[in-house]
Amino acid sequence: MSNANREAPPSAGRAGIKRELPEHFRDYRHVWVFIELERGEVHPVSFELLGEGRKLADKLGIQLAGIVLGPPGEATQHAVAEAFAYGADLVYLVEAPLLADYRNEPFTKAMTDLVNTHKPEILLLGATTLGRDLAGSVATTLLTGLTADCTELDVDVDGSLAATRPTFGGSLLCTIYTLNYRPQMATVRPRVMAMPPRTDKPVGRVIRHKLSMTEEEIITKVLGFNLDRQSAKANLAYADIVVAGGLGLGSAENLQLVKNLARAIGAEYGCSRPLVQKGWMPADRQVGQTGKTIRPKLYIAAGISGAIQHRVGVEGADLIVAINTDPNAPIFDFAHLGIVTDAIRFLPALTEAFTRRLSPHSHDKLAS
Amino acid sequence: MHIVICIKQVPDSAQIRVHPVTNTIMRQGVPTIINPYDLFALEEALRLRDAHGGEVTVLTMGPPMAEDALRKALTYGADRAVLLTDRCFAGSDTLATSFALSRAIVRIGETFGAPDIVFAGKQTIDGDTAQVGPGIAKRLGLLQFTYVAKIDSIDVDAREITVKRRSEGGTQMLKSRLPCLVTMLEGTNEIRRGSLDDAMRAARSQIVKWSAAEAGIDDLNKCGLRGSPTVVKRVFAPTTRAEKATQIDMTDKTQHDLADELIAAIFTRQPALEHELAFDGGQ
Ligand SMILES: Cc1cc2nc3c(=O)[nH]c(=O)nc-3n(C[C@H](O)[C@H](O)[C@H](O)COP(=O)(O)OP(=O)(O)OC[C@H]3O[C@@H](n4cnc5c(N)ncnc54)[C@H](O)[C@@H]3O)c2cc1C
Ligand SMILES: Nc1ncnc2c1ncn2[C@@H]1O[C@H](COP(=O)(O)O)[C@@H](O)[C@H]1O
Repeated sequence: MSNANREAPPSAGRAGIKRELPEHFRDYRHVWVFIELERGEVHPVSFELLGEGRKLADKLGIQLAGIVLGPPGEATQHAVAEAFAYGADLVYLVEAPLLADYRNEPFTKAMTDLVNTHKPEILLLGATTLGRDLAGSVATTLLTGLTADCTELDVDVDGSLAATRPTFGGSLLCTIYTLNYRPQMATVRPRVMAMPPRTDKPVGRVIRHKLSMTEEEIITKVLGFNLDRQSAKANLAYADIVVAGGLGLGSAENLQLVKNLARAIGAEYGCSRPLVQKGWMPADRQVGQTGKTIRPKLYIAAGISGAIQHRVGVEGADLIVAINTDPNAPIFDFAHLGIVTDAIRFLPALTEAFTRRLSPHSHDKLAS
Repeated sequence: MHIVICIKQVPDSAQIRVHPVTNTIMRQGVPTIINPYDLFALEEALRLRDAHGGEVTVLTMGPPMAEDALRKALTYGADRAVLLTDRCFAGSDTLATSFALSRAIVRIGETFGAPDIVFAGKQTIDGDTAQVGPGIAKRLGLLQFTYVAKIDSIDVDAREITVKRRSEGGTQMLKSRLPCLVTMLEGTNEIRRGSLDDAMRAARSQIVKWSAAEAGIDDLNKCGLRGSPTVVKRVFAPTTRAEKATQIDMTDKTQHDLADELIAAIFTRQPALEHELAFDGGQ
């Protein structure tokens, strides 16, 4: 939950007061990470959260648990194994045929039952369509606090979760506490946290829990699932290289220059928000606060001014290259390499230069 | 059919500036708008009403000036507007907000007829949590469909609804029952230009204004700051990177020289990339 939903800013006094944690919350312990399993695959954000959860658990001297909810079978067992491989000390598992497809009702029930039985101190979920749908229902059922889309998680001196998130379109950050309720819940968007290393750990302690619900009790039925077409699917969030264009490119046709460069270097392409609003690119190609958060090794931004909402989505990139005609464009404040030039002329030259350099005979050419 | 849609009045964040010294939002002179995501839900509600008959009630919780947002919604063609406004709601986080709104929806149901569908936006641009919708659903015990791209069919008599819902790798098709809560995905429709009739009606319309007591909310411990489990401890500006971008000098260079120089600079900083690109790139 965020301050920005508030009608008025809270008084500093109130925020400073440390209230006593009620007696019945005192035995809430351990950090839980929801392992998001959908249609047989674990969403990588779950591993990123295990990495963060590990750090929190170590600071607090408590254990890290993965929460796996899924249908009986191999995919669910694989999710359990992966949770251990990415750092979980134990796994709570609810295996039931009802959990084959995501539906709010059985997932909320499974999760809230687990929480009420095993009492975690901190519960983290990915801010995906599934995670956000579930987190809101679980937090309201448990009547506890939930901080959405965090960019930083930490524990303070007295062991409270300090969850930091952007607010007002990224212009400000705020740190939010859930002082006297448990669990302290937070969601984090994919790619905001770094992927932790994977180790081949043997499967550890698995605590099973039954789902006390029958199919008849669930009103919502799944009629089908349309997989996105592979060709149309943008895998921006997890791409190693991303090339993106902005309004500076001037026309929908000029976006071809971005796509050509992307193709030449095996990159994904993306764009700033106005291009989506103009209908020049589909929404799943948008980079930024209301689009995708990316974390590539190389990000090339052409004709993008670098507004704060764009910036928050790309800051995790290892190397940011900006091409912009305006030497004072804000993007040069956070890019690592800048070129002040016309992207429409420069992109074809860059595509050609990359192709030359990367062609199999490039070394002969360099030598001659 | 009775449809309730929750909208929020937000500052137009494209025009928000942060005070450089105090790190507070400078609201002065910043225009307010209906949360852009709520307009997709409003349009969907209006279309359903046009197709199936019935009424659309817009609801907002906010300060008295939030009336402007409601009037705007009426100009688009909503039939009725309810403003929930009371000092005791100040400082509400999403749990407290969803509590107050859900109580107001119960009161709307008692007063104007029980809603068949409650709509909310996908998220707000100031709070940006996407939690108030699910929160209301849970509090009212409604079935919940978030990120809906399309309402395929509604059968008011059979109490059935089928929707297409966005999920990470595709689209889920769900069949369920009314009443339910739906949050609409952005870009699924475009808000209509209201008719002249609607504009005139909106100007004359009496907006229903409820205090907490009038909305039947007596449990003030669940409202405002007291009803909010989360506490904002610190608000601060993002840190800026210490150095600006290293500019590649352009003097006397062709675009091709520049390109070669940039590539060299990229590979100097990220040597591993050159190796990876040699194998993956160029296809
Ligand atoms: C609530 C909210 C959420 C938002 N979310 C996002 C988001 O997720 N992602 C996002 O990107 N934006 C988002 N925005 C929009 C953001 O504020 C900016 O408006 C947007 O990023 C600007 O896009 P742009 O840089 O392409 O266009 P502009 O700001 O118009 O910049 C164009 C740039 O191109 C340069 N240029 C012009 N001609 C050339 C040329 N020939 N060659 C090279 N450079 C040239 C100009 O100098 C300028 O810097 C959001 C805004 C709001 C209010
Ligand atoms: N104060 C409010 N009044 C009415 N509706 C609201 C209010 N706050 C949030 N909502 C609704 O809940 C949705 C999600 O808001 P949020 O959880 O802030 O992202 C919004 O798009 C609105 O439909």
